Amino acid sequence: MNAPMNPRKLRVTTTSLSGCFGCHMSFLDIDERLLELAALVEFDRSPITDIKHCSQHCDLALVEGGVCNAENVHVLRELRANSKILVAFGACAVNGGLPAQRNHLDVGKCLSQVYRTPDGSATAIPDDPELPLLLDKVYPVNEVVRVDYFLPGCPPSADTIWKFLTDLLTGRTPRIEHPLLKFD
Amino acid sequence: MPTVSVSAEISSLIEPILQRHAWRADRLVQILREVQEAVDFISDETAAHLAEALKIPYAQVHSTRDFYAFFYRENRGRYRVLFSDNITDRMAGNQALFEHMAKRLKLEPGKVSDDGLVSIDYCSCTGMCDQGPAILVNNRAITRMTLRRVDEICDLIRGQVPLDKWPAEFFRVDDNIRRADMLLGTPHEPGKAVRAAIARGRDGMLAEMKLSNLRGRGGAGFTTAVKWEACRNATAAPRYIVCNADEGEPGTFKDRVLLQSYAGRVFEGMVIAAYTVGASHGFLYLRGEYLYLLQPLEAYLAGMRAAGLLGRDIGGVAGFDFDIEIHLGAGAYVCGEETALIESLEGKAGRPRVRPPFPVTSGYMGKPTVVNNVETLCKVTEIALHGGTWYEAIGTKQSTGTKILSVAGDCARPGLYEYAFGVRIAQVLEDCGAQDAIAVQVSGASGVCLSEREFGRRIAFEDVPTAGSFMIFGKQRDLFEVARNFAHFFAHESCGFCTPCRVGTVLMKEIMDKIADGRGTQYEMNELLRLQQVLKPGSHCGLGQTAGNAVADTVQKFRPAYERRLAETDFVPAFDLDAALSRARELAGRDDAAAHLGEEA
Ligand SMILES: Cc1cc2nc3c(=O)[nH]c(=O)nc-3n(C[C@H](O)[C@H](O)[C@H](O)COP(=O)(O)O)c2cc1C
Ligand code: SF4
Ligand code: SF4
Ligand code: FES
Repeated sequence: MNAPMNPRKLRVTTTSLSGCFGCHMSFLDIDERLLELAALVEFDRSPITDIKHCSQHCDLALVEGGVCNAENVHVLRELRANSKILVAFGACAVNGGLPAQRNHLDVGKCLSQVYRTPDGSATAIPDDPELPLLLDKVYPVNEVVRVDYFLPGCPPSADTIWKFLTDLLTGRTPRIEHPLLKFD
Repeated sequence: MPTVSVSAEISSLIEPILQRHAWRADRLVQILREVQEAVDFISDETAAHLAEALKIPYAQVHSTRDFYAFFYRENRGRYRVLFSDNITDRMAGNQALFEHMAKRLKLEPGKVSDDGLVSIDYCSCTGMCDQGPAILVNNRAITRMTLRRVDEICDLIRGQVPLDKWPAEFFRVDDNIRRADMLLGTPHEPGKAVRAAIARGRDGMLAEMKLSNLRGRGGAGFTTAVKWEACRNATAAPRYIVCNADEGEPGTFKDRVLLQSYAGRVFEGMVIAAYTVGASHGFLYLRGEYLYLLQPLEAYLAGMRAAGLLGRDIGGVAGFDFDIEIHLGAGAYVCGEETALIESLEGKAGRPRVRPPFPVTSGYMGKPTVVNNVETLCKVTEIALHGGTWYEAIGTKQSTGTKILSVAGDCARPGLYEYAFGVRIAQVLEDCGAQDAIAVQVSGASGVCLSEREFGRRIAFEDVPTAGSFMIFGKQRDLFEVARNFAHFFAHESCGFCTPCRVGTVLMKEIMDKIADGRGTQYEMNELLRLQQVLKPGSHCGLGQTAGNAVADTVQKFRPAYERRLAETDFVPAFDLDAALSRARELAGRDDAAAHLGEEA
């Protein structure tokens, strides 16, 4: 006789690095399917739960946004170290996205422009250790840690996210095809 | 579009070029080449001037110029030195020579000297692999480079000695024919093959071609008679014969020797093709690296015209008019692909066309066109002389006749080796004196990497097909570096038309560099093979389709060469994270613990 399916819920952790939270919003757009999902997964560290650090080993990490500063690196490493599967979730995570527009500029110039006094006479770049330092460029997630899956789209649509998650949860290799596969 | 007009001096240098090409926009590539030769580079202003004179959009001139590696938008000096950077040049020590020259002339790669006199850079294989390391100075090939020769060249450049006054010995290009068979070893009687073909008649010649089962020597191995017949049956006119002498495949140099010392056969092969399919015009598309052959070849063509082998009523056949024109390439490997080549002949950037329609029905200017390799056309003269049945008996069942191999790398006697098809790899290695080979890359960067256990295999379309390149690697060589060199080559040469190749070749190159840097893991090994699975079926032309072959072959056959470079961890970033913070750290004036990133999580 077939043994019953393991009833353990999958633990999911999510984060937004340098993203706009649009990917998370799109995730919430799965609407009533959230109830179905809640029966199958449990959220660990995530903006949804407000848990600040991964409390246990997770099955799945969804990473929104690229890597723009030192804190992003720490968060990303924590998620990677605590998850079996890590997904670059959305255009920013996959290739840097909109924030990577600054990659054409020198980070020093960016900082001194932003922290200039209104009359332009002086710059005062904050030195508070609480503030994470900017990396020279915005990097896609896969250049900083190993990535298992890439889910493109800005943001990936709710249906795309649903298809991806249900594939994963049922043990199928996720396949996102037209019309769900979009890069914009 | 820049509005500043060119100086009167530049304009007066450009005018005769435009005139010679009758202000024809379809000559744009040739015009750009000659303009650069005259004024050293093609500035935006010069491009705008040309656009106006040729009555074409500025963007067309601009994009065509930027497509070709040998056309420069900015001043690269009056002496433009390029070091051939194929793996065999590397093995012969080209990097030390490059650095020596850079130091002596106080130059950075790709940057012109402060006085605007000279620049140096690397380029793809220049086809001098048996007498490398080679360089190009203003597209003129200089072979057998040594430290001493570098010093001499630095002095000549500093002394501003014109290139024609440099020692002739620098420009000596040897044939290095080591094993001659029916093609390389038979004396040529000018006109005999053409007369023989005419005696057989158009149908008769085509019938002999069919009997011979001759297959193309340019790489794809397509049956020549089938191609010719399709062109002949195409209804449109005029028809064209194109000889593909782009020879860009790293490690190949047989077409160079054929054009240098067997030009009669190449051109007579074209005449016979024209006779058989009814073509009236021919092109030789000569790679820019072989500029030194232009004058002798033009002279040869003039001789053929004088002898009645070109021009009107050739061989006394009323109405058989045919002539040949030489076009030069400008440093783009993809222009060897026949439809990209045709685009280039039409004066455009060399981007492969969508096929079908095939060139035999819609080629140059949309008219029926036969494109054949230099060596293929030489073989045609043998068939005209001796007949298809005779020819068919040589070689193997599916690969008739002989094949010329360009042997280079770790062996005592690099050069050309002609064999009947079916020769074993081990035989070639023995003949050229390669005792301790651990690998042979057959058919160039896009070909196949064979390891010792495969040296019993045979050169033939049935087994190991080849366009001719045969690069040998001895036991001291690192096959990872070989594959990395090829990965760089493809990323550089991708024309950018289709995404799998444009992006895939760059990703492959970056992963190879990451592994070379000691930052690769098993993850990158998987990525390399995954990329190959996208490149091969997803690319538009043969370049992208074959770009991952060398990497995939060496991952499979020389895995330890990769593995000993891998980091033991799960994953390592491609760059130094702490260094990436340094600019912000400095500006914020911080050095606390949070202002640093360690290697590990
Ligand atoms: C990227 C690429 C480069 C090529 N380079 C050459 C070349 O340099 N010389 C050549 O004869 N064929 C080259 N070919 C093959 C040509 O497209 C074409 O098949 C050949 O010229 C036909 O002549 P053949 O039938 O006599 O071999 C290349 C193909 C590709 C895809
Ligand atoms: S991919 Fe688009 S929606 Fe997602 S974080 Fe980036 S900008 Fe926002
Ligand atoms: S495969 Fe590469 S070279 Fe060929 S068309 Fe595509 S981008 Fe160009
Ligand atoms: S020209 Fe140097 S190896 Fe080809």
